[in-house]
Amino acid sequence: MKVVVDLKACDLHGLCVETAPEVFEIGDDGALKVLNETPGEELRAKVEKAVRECPTAAIEIAD
Amino acid sequence: MPDGRDRDRRLAPVVQRIVVVGASLSGLRAVETLRARGFDGTLTLIGEEPHRPYDRPPLSKQVLQGAWEPEQTFFRKKEGYDPLALDMRLGVRATGLDLRARRVSLADGSAVDYDRLIIATGARVRTLSNVAPRPGLHVLRGLDDVIALRDALTHAGHVAIVGAGFIGLEVAASCRARGLPVTVVESRSVPLTPALGPDVCGMIAALHGDQGVDLRTGVGVADVLGERRVEGLTLSDRSRIEADVVVVGIGVVPNTEWLEGSGLTLDNGIVCNGAGQAAPGVYAAGDVARVANRWLGDAPRIEHWTNAVEQGVHAAENALAGPDAATSFSSVPYVWSDQYDRKIQFLGRFHRHDEMRIVGGSLAERRFTALYRQGDRLVACVAVNDPRAVIRYRKQLQAGAGWETALAGATPD
Repeated sequence: MKVVVDLKACDLHGLCVETAPEVFEIGDDGALKVLNETPGEELRAKVEKAVRECPTAAIEIAD
Repeated sequence: MPDGRDRDRRLAPVVQRIVVVGASLSGLRAVETLRARGFDGTLTLIGEEPHRPYDRPPLSKQVLQGAWEPEQTFFRKKEGYDPLALDMRLGVRATGLDLRARRVSLADGSAVDYDRLIIATGARVRTLSNVAPRPGLHVLRGLDDVIALRDALTHAGHVAIVGAGFIGLEVAASCRARGLPVTVVESRSVPLTPALGPDVCGMIAALHGDQGVDLRTGVGVADVLGERRVEGLTLSDRSRIEADVVVVGIGVVPNTEWLEGSGLTLDNGIVCNGAGQAAPGVYAAGDVARVANRWLGDAPRIEHWTNAVEQGVHAAENALAGPDAATSFSSVPYVWSDQYDRKIQFLGRFHRHDEMRIVGGSLAERRFTALYRQGDRLVACVAVNDPRAVIRYRKQLQAGAGWETALAGATPD
């Protein structure tokens, strides 16, 4: 699983950080950071939830 | 979309037909979830509007300001629906529900039978009573509304907005971005909701004042002027506003009329238990639903984007799980609003708070984080241009943090 974030679309709602903190973080520069671009399958459900919940559809799973 | 991971989790053979009524965000997330969880029976999605499901938040902002074409709000391209294998019926309204026969009747005279039903028919705008529609008089709820309003704004001279809620204020900001003079009339004493407290409401009012909006609170609309087309408003204080475009944003009412007499409990929405269930085999989600929310300890109707997602997913999961394996809904309400260069984020429950405290930034610079206390608990948070605070306090709110804990964790910057 490959996680791709469109940083131009990201609006920093932070729902993904709450849902999948293993994968997403807001960095010190205030921008969204993908901590792990290729998370293991055990995180798929969480990342899928983050995709569903993102208000700006900024997250994509490219398999 | 169906990824098949959960395929081997056997569904009860009785669930072969699932019908989702309402083709907006909540209904879409419901059908996506059903397929992702391995439901491979007949899945019908019914929508009153002729449009494919679209996203509403950009309507009052990007689309109204002219930055986006309306089509950019569609969640999926046409071919994006192929993997969901839906029996998609758009442009047709549901007109009745027969719980005993497990059948939904539609406006075109047809009917569709279900084993599980998810109702996500949303809400429609409230209108001014005794005011007939006429050119220049607008509302903003759907795609057709925004197209009509955007076109009207291209040759508008002065815009009057009735209602200083989220829609009214976002439309005001978009009109200012287009350089249009704007008057906002609000019958309550403050913009948004008094539940936020006077300081935060005052900041919102000042934000719009800074941008040249004439915000008039504590005054109602007496009449809409103009016979053939809108010429302005008269207010309850007898003052008069000249306007060639009037936008009414005074809230919404749930679309439940088609369910009257069905046997479902209707009381400002469809009353559901914590599983999102309204009757055996029937679930509701989104703006139309009143799902018991464990975090809130209440079952209010919530009109927020995130709620529509969460309840659509939750209803779909429980529709598959059945009542014995159902999970109960628990969520910290979240909503945001973009006005000018400010992102205002709201978390939690504001009404009946005992104290509001600014823990970062300041009201004066219009960038701050405010926490709300009820008793000894943290119950809500407002952040203006401080998304990291929202992440921090969302966690604390979910965990039911005490007030002292929340304050100790506050790191004003």
